[in-house]
Amino acid sequence: MIRVALPQHLRTLAGVDHEVTLELDGQARPTQRSVLDALEASYPVLCGTIRNQRTGERRDFIRFFACGRDLSLEPADDPLPDEVASGDAAFRVVGAMAGG
Amino acid sequence: MSKVRLLVGTRKGAFVLTSKGSREEWDVDGPLFTGWEIYHVNASPADPDRLYASQSSGWFGQIMQRSDDGGKTWEAVGNEFAYDGVPGTHQWYDGTQHPWEFARVWHLEPSPSDPDTVYAGVEDAALFRSTDGGKNWEELSGLREHKTGEQWQPGAGGLCLHTILIDPEKPERMVVAISAAGAFRTDDGGETWQPINRGLRSQELPDEDREVGHCVHRIAMHPSNPERLFMQKHWDVMRSDDGGEQWYEVSDNLPSDFGFPIAVNANEPETIYVVPIKSDSEHVPPDAKLRVYRSKTGGNEWEALTDGLPQSHCYVNVLRDAMAVDGLDPCGVYFGTTGGQVYASPDAGDSWSPIVRDLPAVLSVEAQTLP
Repeated sequence: MIRVALPQHLRTLAGVDHEVTLELDGQARPTQRSVLDALEASYPVLCGTIRNQRTGERRDFIRFFACGRDLSLEPADDPLPDEVASGDAAFRVVGAMAGG
Repeated sequence: MSKVRLLVGTRKGAFVLTSKGSREEWDVDGPLFTGWEIYHVNASPADPDRLYASQSSGWFGQIMQRSDDGGKTWEAVGNEFAYDGVPGTHQWYDGTQHPWEFARVWHLEPSPSDPDTVYAGVEDAALFRSTDGGKNWEELSGLREHKTGEQWQPGAGGLCLHTILIDPEKPERMVVAISAAGAFRTDDGGETWQPINRGLRSQELPDEDREVGHCVHRIAMHPSNPERLFMQKHWDVMRSDDGGEQWYEVSDNLPSDFGFPIAVNANEPETIYVVPIKSDSEHVPPDAKLRVYRSKTGGNEWEALTDGLPQSHCYVNVLRDAMAVDGLDPCGVYFGTTGGQVYASPDAGDSWSPIVRDLPAVLSVEAQTLP
């Protein structure tokens, strides 16, 4: 089970109150890409809000955090930390601190 | 008895204001989509319960919302606005070429006859159409691919397509306006386009009367006479009597001919409204007085409408999509300000009162006349 924490606006859009939990079938090790693919498959309304629908690139003002680390610039197909894979830590989608 | 419903888009959500036909007391619902920029909410003329809303955010991008019950409930629909082919480049602020990049939907114009068909004017400037109620969007790329496209440059607010007028008699004829490229017309349903900027002069251009590059802020049309167009340009209020083939200036005695919105009285096709703003560098009302100006002669001979509007210490702006008229008689006129007020006049502009005073900055106002 993968836990994903969304910013408030995306929780409202997706109609969820708290963290989202996802099951990634057949994944030896979750990656940013596989988690976001599963997230968008479960909540299609989020398509385009986190990454470009066509290129898959992260939107400029979106960050990915987990286990106290900023993973935003890590390759999308790199394995996520063990704690995220085990469900002990959430994969956090964060709106960047911008705008005052 | 008739009702009026105002669809108000703001920097921080949408609001729906409703009143009986007397237009004396208003109910205020909202905010919807709290915290998101709502550039525009508009209704289908063919089904007044079908509404479309453009919801966007600098963080999370573009969302499109649709309501089938007059705004009581909403459903997110398709939000993929992909330019057709390889979009190429347009002129950037510094004169260099810059790739076309989708930013947001500025304006939604539902078809006069089909609730599932709706046009979207976007930034960077292009026209999209959905024929399935907003689920899928297809670019009418003949506009962006016009041979002048690489000369188009963004206005201060971006390279936005903000005006879409559909000829009610010949829906294959449409007029659009882009800041800062100018006005364009199609006579074949959007396949091909021609610039219609003859007569416009812009001191911001090295060649003041060139074919494109003019910062058109808004164009209005009365449905009874689609050939007659009224334009608020960056500077200058203009008029065309031949579908945009030729424009001439009708600013006359306005205290400033800079402004953003322009609207036409629903019952009097020659009665038009503008809101003069001091200048492009200040964006405040002249003399700190918020005045709507009305011409009953299709331009020129302007009269100030001040009853009920603040006449001192007023520094709000009225944006291009933030003025609308209803279809009652006398015509109701409405506008929203960057200070969060929405003003209503139930008597064609003679007197005004605020419906609400403290909304977020108002981006757009549309008026529906309901049975």
